[in-house]
Amino acid sequence: MAAVIEAGTTAIPPVRRVPDRFRTLIAVVAATAPVILVVIVVILFQQAAPSVRHFGLSFLTGVDWNPVTDSFGALPAIFGTVATSFVALALAVPVGVAVAVVLAEQGQTTIRGILGTGIELLAAIPSVVYGIWALYVLAPWSYQHLEIPISDRFGFIGWLSQPSVRSLFTASLVLAVMILPTLSAISREVIRAVPRGLKESAVALGATWWETTWRVILPSARAGIFGATILALGRALGETIAVTMVIGNRYAIPPSIFSPAYTLASVIANEFNEATGTLYPAALIELGLVLILVTFVVNVVALLLVRSTASKASRAA
Amino acid sequence: MNRNVRRRYASAAWLGVMYVLTVLALIPLGLVLWFTVSKGLPPVLHIEFFTNSFRPFGVPGGGVAHAIVGTGILVGLASLMAIPIGILGGVYVAEYAVDPWASWVRLASDVLVGTPSIAIGLFAYAVVVVPVHHFSGIAGSFALAILMLPIVIRTTEGAVALIPNGLRESGLALGLPRWRVSLQLILPAATPGVITGALLAVARASGETAPLLFTTLGNTLFRVDPTQAIQALPLTVYQYALLPYKSLQDQAWGAALVLVAMVLGINLLSRWVLRRQIRLAGQL
Repeated sequence: MAAVIEAGTTAIPPVRRVPDRFRTLIAVVAATAPVILVVIVVILFQQAAPSVRHFGLSFLTGVDWNPVTDSFGALPAIFGTVATSFVALALAVPVGVAVAVVLAEQGQTTIRGILGTGIELLAAIPSVVYGIWALYVLAPWSYQHLEIPISDRFGFIGWLSQPSVRSLFTASLVLAVMILPTLSAISREVIRAVPRGLKESAVALGATWWETTWRVILPSARAGIFGATILALGRALGETIAVTMVIGNRYAIPPSIFSPAYTLASVIANEFNEATGTLYPAALIELGLVLILVTFVVNVVALLLVRSTASKASRAA
Repeated sequence: MNRNVRRRYASAAWLGVMYVLTVLALIPLGLVLWFTVSKGLPPVLHIEFFTNSFRPFGVPGGGVAHAIVGTGILVGLASLMAIPIGILGGVYVAEYAVDPWASWVRLASDVLVGTPSIAIGLFAYAVVVVPVHHFSGIAGSFALAILMLPIVIRTTEGAVALIPNGLRESGLALGLPRWRVSLQLILPAATPGVITGALLAVARASGETAPLLFTTLGNTLFRVDPTQAIQALPLTVYQYALLPYKSLQDQAWGAALVLVAMVLGINLLSRWVLRRQIRLAGQL
């Protein structure tokens, strides 16, 4: 008896812990990603310092952009960025969710395979190609067939008047096309993550396909679809080239969505190479800093939302 | 018509609406491809388009050879920087997934994927262009590498995670050290998936314009020295498209066609490789 207790209490010879140098090594290599992220913010902050010191918080509310008098304010660019992104979301979300619903259906058919591949290829087309297409094809078309008819009929509402070929609205249209793949790919994943049991219960109760989708599947995927929307918002906020080519580049808060405007990214793209002195480039870099910080927040919120839906679904399953 | 029949019709109608919206979503793809091909094909059909460099407006025989070679150099250098680091990073995130650090790396990669590329261009300008006082291909490659890195990390992670645990366990049971299991057993089995990731990253980098604006700047001359400003295809599209000269606008469409063909080609190739990976993982 004593011997048994003795044996039980004797410590098992300690496992010789070989220091896992491989793990340390690749952990350090993998650190490149977080380190770059931090360094980007630090360096941009440092480069923007003259402007940050000179304008303080009034940089965010100023409406002037005048290199001659060294007077810089970001509000029109912030407004343009937010406005184009939200108009784009309003256009893309209904379509994107519909695509996700169709693609998330179980069972692979040829038509669904083709549609899915097509939507993913939409994401692969470089933004400059969307830009040249929007500039020569989409902008004149939307001016003729959307902006003019709408403003003729509803022009008495101020923000639907004054159509022009290059406008905030044209930029939003291109953005809507560009964020659609992000939106539908992630929404499809969260819809697929909805536990089968839920769907089967609804069908067993006699719900039709649409009733199941609209009342059961979409509500339980809501948070994830919201996350996908915010992720798409992050893409739209930072999109540069295609927007720069069609937005019209006017540094002012536009009176109408059919007027030319400007975004944070397109101001930088257009003006940075010509910026001289200290305050002008610093102000442009501060625009970049504002942009990057906003997209960071937006992205992290979106990722947390998508992840929480996915993990909730896997717990339920 | 009784209520149940109405419900069934309503359901079918909504299903139809969903399909119509999906097809609607594909119309832009069709239009972009159609216009790129129809407007880009005429200039591309001349051999000079691929053999000559920039010629001023009015001088016939201009081409984009300098931009094609430049894109090759930029993306090649960026791949040399991003792909090895990305693969090791991806192996770490997948093999030591329980490490708290791994989840930070994952989060950082996801955020980095969503970082506006113009801001990455500004960053590369500040750390590479400013210290040496001139624009260079290296600065452009550096910016592109930052864009590629998170894509390689995340796809490598996905590919490694697909490998069944049995392979890992049998390696460890044979007494192989962890690094040999990871690099000589798991990674080779995941190769097709890793190649997919690298290809997707290359496709993404080849099409990016914004990070190149302030880094490699562009060049009208044929240059292969990456310490100098060099031209790239997306820059050609962007710059020529905004010029008022018809012949250069045509070349912009031609360059766009070359770019789209390249990027979609790489994408389709990566899909094919990925399908092989999934089949392979199924056999293990």
